[in-house]
Amino acid sequence: MNRVAVVALNTFREVVRDRVLYNLVFFALLMMAAAILVGQISIGIENIVIITLGLSAISVIGLLIAVFIGVGMISKEIDKRTLYALLAKPVRRWEFLVGKFAGLVLTLSVNTAAMAAGLLLALVYIQHALQRSDLTVLIAVYFILLKLALVVAIALLFSCYTTPLLAILFTAGLYVAGLFVQEMRNLRADLMGSALRAGLRWLSYLLPNFENFDVMASAAHARTIPGTLVAQNTAYAILYCGVLLTAASVIFSRRDLK
Amino acid sequence: MAEAAIEIENLTKDYPFGFLHLKKKRSLEGLTMRVEPGEIFGFLGPNGAGKSTTIKLLIGLIFPTAGTARILSKPISDVTMHQQIGYLPEQPYFYDYLTAAELLDYFARFHELPDAERRERVARMLKKVGLETAGKIQLRKYSKGMLQRVGLAQAILHDPQVVILDEPMSGLDPVGRREVRDIILELKRDGKTVMFSTHILSDAEMLCDRVGVIVGGKLRGVGAPDEIVGMKPVGMEILFEFVGCTGSEDPPSKNEGGAPGVKLLLSKATKTGTRYRMQVAENELYTTLEQLRAAGARIVSVTQIKATLEEYFMHLVEADRAQAAAVEVSGK
Repeated sequence: MNRVAVVALNTFREVVRDRVLYNLVFFALLMMAAAILVGQISIGIENIVIITLGLSAISVIGLLIAVFIGVGMISKEIDKRTLYALLAKPVRRWEFLVGKFAGLVLTLSVNTAAMAAGLLLALVYIQHALQRSDLTVLIAVYFILLKLALVVAIALLFSCYTTPLLAILFTAGLYVAGLFVQEMRNLRADLMGSALRAGLRWLSYLLPNFENFDVMASAAHARTIPGTLVAQNTAYAILYCGVLLTAASVIFSRRDLK
Repeated sequence: MAEAAIEIENLTKDYPFGFLHLKKKRSLEGLTMRVEPGEIFGFLGPNGAGKSTTIKLLIGLIFPTAGTARILSKPISDVTMHQQIGYLPEQPYFYDYLTAAELLDYFARFHELPDAERRERVARMLKKVGLETAGKIQLRKYSKGMLQRVGLAQAILHDPQVVILDEPMSGLDPVGRREVRDIILELKRDGKTVMFSTHILSDAEMLCDRVGVIVGGKLRGVGAPDEIVGMKPVGMEILFEFVGCTGSEDPPSKNEGGAPGVKLLLSKATKTGTRYRMQVAENELYTTLEQLRAAGARIVSVTQIKATLEEYFMHLVEADRAQAAAVEVSGK
């Protein structure tokens, strides 16, 4: 376990030194501009605009980091052959892979936490105080983080056996498909054969369900998010990430590093 | 027989290629050899011979198609064995956002050394490879030679029993090569086993207790450099001088039509006269010396000439090329 932590901390250091966290400056500027402008262009819905804009920005920035850095983490190590010396140490390939995953999730956690703090500051600016209902914003941010962890695991899986470009396309494709799993389950029976419908239904259960993590509307309108959903999403993300990382480890452990 | 440090049995590696990876190219074929504890073993071969493939198989970076290998009696699939091995990759490249000290510290953490010992070893290794003043510079600013030194430092950082170096002299200037040679000899003095691949045959001749020559994925010879090329001298070299001559005179052997087995290699004007170097067959030595003395030459030196590792190596490479060409022609 110690070796996983060593790889994770180095991955965090790598991402920080690659200046990825500079995106926080962009986010801070966006939040400041939004907080100043929103009061002038919207009346009575400042909170909704700020929360929707803030959560969307957290999600999009996080997704970009998760996909591009998630895919690049493994392929870069192989292409530059930095992995050769590392794997000659007493470290197993799965430990390296899980360490990389943990390191990027740690980076995303720090990044997301900093952006969430910026969003709360913007809310304080327009409301002059935080309200109890703003807790739902933090839950929404937590769900975004779970979603990002899932995207990182998908990116790692694809990057273990295909080129970076294809891995990005597959990850993005799977993410988009995962946004529509409910629609796949609810397709009308008269539009297709029963076999196809059953197949799509099965597929909808296999695909990562990203819809479950989207509580932006509830957070913006200060609607309560049930505790069962928090527990369910947490368990789902952990289980799904576990399955993806296991598959990635099996593939990566058999791969020749030419 | 004592347990080998490295024991390879019938190791074979095929690389798939083509769009669907259905075709296979054999990179290593039935390699069987041993590296004994405490020896320096040189692994020689031209580019694409299978040296790096063998080393990558030993480290576990690639997986064998057939055969087995053991290091310190443990199968190469056992990662715990890596506690006892050090590895320098060919043309090493490391995380360029780290400094050399940070990189060594990172790698040392996998060996679970106590903090104080880890720091002490990092500093000691940086000094050993001549990077103590550059330890805090990011690796992106390092030259190829400096990266090679860092690579060597990380390979021996944890005091491994077996050190495997893939082209350790590559990219180094003469001073760097000398330092690497010294480190390899120091490892041997400390009882470590060193296996290294190289193109630089003089280094192998100078350092190695034994060498293995691999050509076309097949091992063609293993043994001490002297043994492998044969101890039999291929001739004698005579250096002699005609004092006061201008250089227009021919040496006696040539004047007499050239005795069999006598070859004039070089003539050079010196302050005192003209100096010649001549190669003769061993059985012609005394006759030639008599002739030279009778002609008034001053004998400067007589040296025995042995076949070099390079000649042996080139002979194997050319034989392999000839065989490949013959196979191609018969295939057509």
